Amino acid sequence: MSPAEFRAGLSDAALVSAIRSGKEDAMAELYDRYSALVYSVSLRVLGDAGAAEDVLQEVFLQLWRNPDWFDSSRGNLAPWLAVISRNRSIDGLRKRRPETDVEDVVLSVEPDMAGDADRATAMTKVRTVLGGMPAAQRSALEMAYFEGLSHSEISEKTGEPLGTVKTRIRTGLLTLRKAFQT
Amino acid sequence: MSGHEQFAEDLALLALGSLEGKERVALESHLQECAACRRELESLRGDMALLSLSTAGPKPPARSRERLLAAVAREPRGVATSGQRWWWILAPSLVAVALALVVVFLGRQNLTLRERIAGMESDAVARQVELRQAREIVSTLTASDAMRVTLVAAKAPPQPQGKAIYVRDRSSLIFIASDMPAVPAQKAYELWLIPTSGAPIPAGVFKPDAHGSATVVNPPLPTGIEAKAFAITIEPEAGSASPTMPIVMVGAGE
Repeated sequence: MSPAEFRAGLSDAALVSAIRSGKEDAMAELYDRYSALVYSVSLRVLGDAGAAEDVLQEVFLQLWRNPDWFDSSRGNLAPWLAVISRNRSIDGLRKRRPETDVEDVVLSVEPDMAGDADRATAMTKVRTVLGGMPAAQRSALEMAYFEGLSHSEISEKTGEPLGTVKTRIRTGLLTLRKAFQT
Repeated sequence: MSGHEQFAEDLALLALGSLEGKERVALESHLQECAACRRELESLRGDMALLSLSTAGPKPPARSRERLLAAVAREPRGVATSGQRWWWILAPSLVAVALALVVVFLGRQNLTLRERIAGMESDAVARQVELRQAREIVSTLTASDAMRVTLVAAKAPPQPQGKAIYVRDRSSLIFIASDMPAVPAQKAYELWLIPTSGAPIPAGVFKPDAHGSATVVNPPLPTGIEAKAFAITIEPEAGSASPTMPIVMVGAGE
């Protein structure tokens, strides 16, 4: 088994543990696994390849500097990276500094996103669910998540009542969740 | 929804980072106590992660990987800062500051203790001197070879009286007077040792108190002088080298 094959067989938690020991090749393996996920989220939010690449660098470099940033006992790495990437990109979009250097993002999600195939399947399903949503709901959800707009800003933009916007955002998220519950 | 329904919509906004003001404060306070709402918040973040998957497709440029790995290689572990680890970097400085404070504290304490010891030594020396003087006084008063002299006024009454106790070998003299009249301003009584041969020797200047009492204890005297008498004259306050007449009191050895 080559070193690359060996690394590819390691779990995310094992790779983070290796990073804690200063193993640069573990960092390379994690990048190979998740750089596309981090980059695509950031590109969607920022709409600029250079800025998205900067966020990609920042997120992985931060993980290298502080592997404890990610606590494997409190969630899986892939969804965590996706949310961290979105949050950092929104910070960049709104020209605001992160509230803290290290965000305490704990999450739980049903599908396993560790493997490329799992993520591809989940991606197809998510796109299907989004496509099936009422346009107003999908729009509110995407404005809140990818544009970082507050419910008040969405309400102003769409002319819909605040309560309606709030409900649409929450219902949209629950609809996604329900699609993955068996 | 497994959390509290009244917080349901605000939880979604908090997960998205768009809840502000008093609603955010109230919800964060509630989350401290409510495990069900914490779990719901975690699930909402998971839902957000699912939403992220909808963006999948674009890949970063190949140079990005090299850029990251070059940055990783340039940055030795443990040098970078992070919110949770910054204090490790400051730790040596903090320890140094703490040690410096301890050194200053111990230094001051050491100085204080030295001063106290010096004070105690000084007290001990003073007490030894006092003890030696007391022993000499007792020894003089009780010496079998002490010459005891009673001096009285040349004209009576009243009857001023003085007692001189002198030990020649130790040059020790104790003089105790009573019923002594007050002396004029800027004047004092002076006690004289009248040797068996030679001029009178000054043996102390004194002023009686309000009751007419006075003492002279061990005035500086030459050693081994045999006394035939003691006398008192009135002299300037600083004393005189030789007695000024008249002699107001006088007494010879018994």
